[in-house]
Amino acid sequence: MRAFDYARATSPAEAAALVAARPGARFIAGGTNLLDLMKLEIETPEQLIDINGLGLDRIEETPEGGLRIGALVRNTDLAADKRVRRDYGLLSRALLAGASGQLRNKATTAGNLLQRTRCAYFYDTNQPCNKRRPGSGCAAIGGVSRQLAVIGGSEACIATHPSDMAVAMRALDAVVETVKPDGAARAIPIAEFHALPGATPEVEHRLERGELITGVLLPKPLGGIHIYRKVRDRASYAFALISIGAVVQKDGTGRVALGGVAPRPWRIEAADAALQHGSRATVDILLAGAKPTSENAFKLPLVERTLGWVLQEATAGERRG
Amino acid sequence: MKFDTPATTNPIDRLHVVGKPLDRIDGPLKTSGRAPYAYEHHDVVAGQAYGFILGAGIAKGRILSMKLDTASAAPGVIAIVTHENAGKLGKSANHTAPLLGGPAIAHYDQAIALVVAESFEQARAAARLIRVDYQRSEGRYDLAAEKPAAREQTKSSSATAVGDFEGAFAAAPVTLDQSYSTPDQSHVMMEPHATIAAWSKEGGADTLTLWTSNQMIAWAVEDMAATLKIPPETIRVVSPYIGGGFGSKLWIRSDALLAALGARIAGRPVKVALTRPQSINNTTHRPATMQRIRIGTTKEGRITAIGHESWSGDLPGGGPETAVDQTRLLYAGENRLTALRLAVLDLPEGNAMRAPGEAPGLMALEVAMDELAEKLGIDPIDFRILNDTQVDPAKPERPYSQRKLNECLRIGAEQFGWSRRQAKPGSVRDGRWLVGMGVAAAFRNSIARKSGARVVLGKDGRITVLTDMTDIGTGSYTIIAQTAAETMGVPIDWIDVKLGDSSFPVSAGSGGQWGAHNSTSGVYAACMALREAVAQKLGFNSSEAEFDGGKVRLGNRSVSLADAAADGPLSAEDFIEYGDMDKTYQQSTFGAHFVEVAVDSATGEVRLRRMLAVAAAGRILNPKTARSQMIGAMTMGAGAALMEELAVDRRFGFFVNHDLAGYEVPVHADIPHQEVIFLDEVDPTASPMKAKGVGELGICGVAAAVANAVYNACGVRVRDYPITLDKIIGKLPVV
Amino acid sequence: MDRSGDYDLSRRGVLASGAASVAVVSLPASAATRAAPATQGKPPVHSTVAFTVNGERRSLELDNRTTLLDALREHLKLTGAKKGCDHGQCGACTVIVEGRRINSCLTLAVMHEGDAITTIEGLGSPQDLHPMQAAFVKHDGYQCGYCTPGQICSAVAVLDEIKAGIPSHVSPSLTAKPKLVVEEVRERMSGNICRCGAYSNIIEAISEVGGVTA
Repeated sequence: MRAFDYARATSPAEAAALVAARPGARFIAGGTNLLDLMKLEIETPEQLIDINGLGLDRIEETPEGGLRIGALVRNTDLAADKRVRRDYGLLSRALLAGASGQLRNKATTAGNLLQRTRCAYFYDTNQPCNKRRPGSGCAAIGGVSRQLAVIGGSEACIATHPSDMAVAMRALDAVVETVKPDGAARAIPIAEFHALPGATPEVEHRLERGELITGVLLPKPLGGIHIYRKVRDRASYAFALISIGAVVQKDGTGRVALGGVAPRPWRIEAADAALQHGSRATVDILLAGAKPTSENAFKLPLVERTLGWVLQEATAGERRG
Repeated sequence: MKFDTPATTNPIDRLHVVGKPLDRIDGPLKTSGRAPYAYEHHDVVAGQAYGFILGAGIAKGRILSMKLDTASAAPGVIAIVTHENAGKLGKSANHTAPLLGGPAIAHYDQAIALVVAESFEQARAAARLIRVDYQRSEGRYDLAAEKPAAREQTKSSSATAVGDFEGAFAAAPVTLDQSYSTPDQSHVMMEPHATIAAWSKEGGADTLTLWTSNQMIAWAVEDMAATLKIPPETIRVVSPYIGGGFGSKLWIRSDALLAALGARIAGRPVKVALTRPQSINNTTHRPATMQRIRIGTTKEGRITAIGHESWSGDLPGGGPETAVDQTRLLYAGENRLTALRLAVLDLPEGNAMRAPGEAPGLMALEVAMDELAEKLGIDPIDFRILNDTQVDPAKPERPYSQRKLNECLRIGAEQFGWSRRQAKPGSVRDGRWLVGMGVAAAFRNSIARKSGARVVLGKDGRITVLTDMTDIGTGSYTIIAQTAAETMGVPIDWIDVKLGDSSFPVSAGSGGQWGAHNSTSGVYAACMALREAVAQKLGFNSSEAEFDGGKVRLGNRSVSLADAAADGPLSAEDFIEYGDMDKTYQQSTFGAHFVEVAVDSATGEVRLRRMLAVAAAGRILNPKTARSQMIGAMTMGAGAALMEELAVDRRFGFFVNHDLAGYEVPVHADIPHQEVIFLDEVDPTASPMKAKGVGELGICGVAAAVANAVYNACGVRVRDYPITLDKIIGKLPVV
Repeated sequence: MDRSGDYDLSRRGVLASGAASVAVVSLPASAATRAAPATQGKPPVHSTVAFTVNGERRSLELDNRTTLLDALREHLKLTGAKKGCDHGQCGACTVIVEGRRINSCLTLAVMHEGDAITTIEGLGSPQDLHPMQAAFVKHDGYQCGYCTPGQICSAVAVLDEIKAGIPSHVSPSLTAKPKLVVEEVRERMSGNICRCGAYSNIIEAISEVGGVTA
């Protein structure tokens, strides 16, 4: 870990301005991902701006009937919030499927959205990685890729986005609220928030330098049955091989988003429209053009079979009321 | 004390203390965070500086240059050790690759430098500032690709041939010929390797003290002496608490060597811990195997031919994984063949991990037995019982000292409800889950090793046991205290146990499940010598005097034990050594594993529901700690079955998933309640304690029981471990 | 992110051919072009922080990079919290901060100004064990002992979390209060790895203390 200056910000705008003012400055909130990466010098900030004192840790109801989640709301608190549990069960379930109790006590809503990939080559600074070191090559392609993306990747990168929470946010059409260094606020729909790698896998999101996430807005509740199904080798404390976040209504319509298959939470709105026609029809659209490696081709049937179970479960849940 | 005839009645047989399920005597220290591990000895020597190891970034090749200037100038840096200033180093025969690499690089993450600085943060940051230019050379990283070039290990004791295997196999009416594979696995004990090293002048000689984390203290001294080319008498190794080892700490690793070198060059004590990623590629691992098993039987299921061959790889000069050894002994059959082949691989060093040989070997053999039982239409338990042998099948004149495998299987079947198992796979459903049961035999030899101790009776009547034996979580502290208390006839809380110090008598150490019975036998021998000294001092006839309740008694005369030390502490030292009973008898431990699994019918995820082990392993010295050894090994075996695999990058030659997020081991949610039953057994040929080892028996066979249960649950036979859902999902019926 | 790169071109060529043979490489790639760190030549960047550890106020002058774990272990000599991975992947470093269990390896000490921290040493001593520590001894819920302080700190917090009604991955209902059952405890304890495999006994220890039912 390289040496860095440390300062505490007192307001979101000040925090944004501080980071914008110094190349190499970064925000730190929970720190569970950033410090992990700093120890390996995958992240090498020169200055950390501690934003934990900014008061962005409340969950408020919006006039539109939704919820505004402060950027610093801890994963534990978000998952345990009564309104989230009642109206956005998918989000609560996704959070609880991720990490460990200790990590969820520290990790924040904004930080979770900004989690970086768990690709093993990204994590080893002796190896080429276009995301860590643009232009160095992608060791994962042709290498160990069982965990990696089957869709949305590029010739430069096949990393997956590791977040469970973001999959739920994507299915729920959340909106990321930010403040820019000049103090201006901005709202970014979650569908536009995460970038696909293309030729620039180091660009992972649409935030500008210094732009600070202040909160995440959830539109009014969708109703329906909420299911988050995470598939993994061990029963807990593991990243997803694949995960499925779904909201299914009585009539069989609904929404579905996937984790563990792509460089960002994966949702194709056109696939939602096929949900009524079952898993196969949905996956045909959702994973059209998938390019798995020999090591991760199993994810395609796995998604289809798991979605089949999710839809059955949703029907059964609807019957149970 | 020489142990060369079967034990008769002795003081241990009183079983006032030995054999009781006592709490660990080190428990309060461990559970309150006060037991000091290697990196935590802040108080033993002043001025400790921090060392951080830089590992090689390539798997094979040469260092062309190392630029140290930036790192040397970084804040807080005191010294940098590389091959250029380390001095001429030797290499112990126990190490395949040098612990300090350069200019030649033998494997990925081989240590090539140590940065010593005032703080951990400074040392870690400065290590990153060393620029190394490498010339990479071609390496061999793929066992399957190197398999044809693997050399037959004809001189190995694992290479055996009895009768006419090929002929008998060809003639057998029922045969199985299958291939299995097990992956590279990592010990990942919770405490990464760590050492504090300090040099001092004693009597004009430079002496080195290492506070480290090591299973085999005497080997640590010898190997460090051989590596530094200094006399072993000038080295002291201290390792009182060890955060797990499982074979990874049988030998000193780079932390110890580089702490010693760093301390020498910096002129200050230096502490070094490996990082978690380094613990994967810098140290040793259990090598992957490819195995072929051929078994031929009569129509009734009697084995007439049994053959087991295994291929594994290691660095040049390394050794094979002896995965065929149990097949020499476990089942009957007149015609037998075992063989090992070793390929050269340039991956990190392969070496012992909990039950080397048997652990991966039984992962294959016990699945083969299940497959063959199905072919024969015989219950897998009946099939094993049918092929039981009470003698070494290759030398029928050589009986087992004890062999209760059949009892383990029968009792386990009864306890587990085996009769409810449906022989037809895929017949039991519980909601979305397919449920199945599996069984496998457990087998591991018991090894006799010389082991010594010193016992000191104090004025206050307390007895201190000193031995370089280690407690790596096994319960050594407690069973040694029990042994001393039993032999001396005092309550256990009169006993103090001091372990893991090379200034104490050399013990068997911890490895190969030889620790418990040998180290306690050594303590027993020393205590018998102390009894002799006490009797002499007090004027008793030692062979007739009774030691009980803190007193020495004969006839009407009864004297407090403490009286013998009234003029000063009374000390006695002895060791246990063995005759050839381990040649006259085959001394082994046995068990049976029963597992119930559920397989998700949609995803193929496997989850364990129940686990039971029944073990016959001689006298159980402490049923509480022995049970813990069993359940711990069962947990590690469950990991081997379901998730553990070091993923090899076959281009760059390293284990890619080098942390605990990538190399998954079982967590709480993976492990159900575990049951263990120990059969009431004493083995008078094994040791005066009449005990054998148990620490590795528990991992032997359990993965195969899982594999067999998965097959019974869903009808998918996976022969390549770990049994992950990607190997199942394509064969499951449509949802 | 440091994007100035001179990553060896021969290596990329090597990658394209799918084998990694006979090439000259320089590592770390970043060290080559990277100037000395910003603080090169200056003393490392320090901060002062004060917090309460096991009821005692402690003030430290620390390198900003010092994690809470290293502050406890190396500066305060409270070595009960263990370093098993230093990356939040094992739970051996678990301590309780402001009533919540966290991985002390993944948080900077300077971020804990004014916080109340409880470590394993604060729960009990060998002569006066906390009921959870005593239960671990009774049920042999440990072997090598290295993950044990983290397991115990977690266990104490887990019982509180269930009582507080925080749901878990295995809670059948999100709206009902979670039940004090072993399945809940196993899931919630899953961030504490025990390689010795004492899980079955650990669950029995926690169950006894917490009145957890099967």
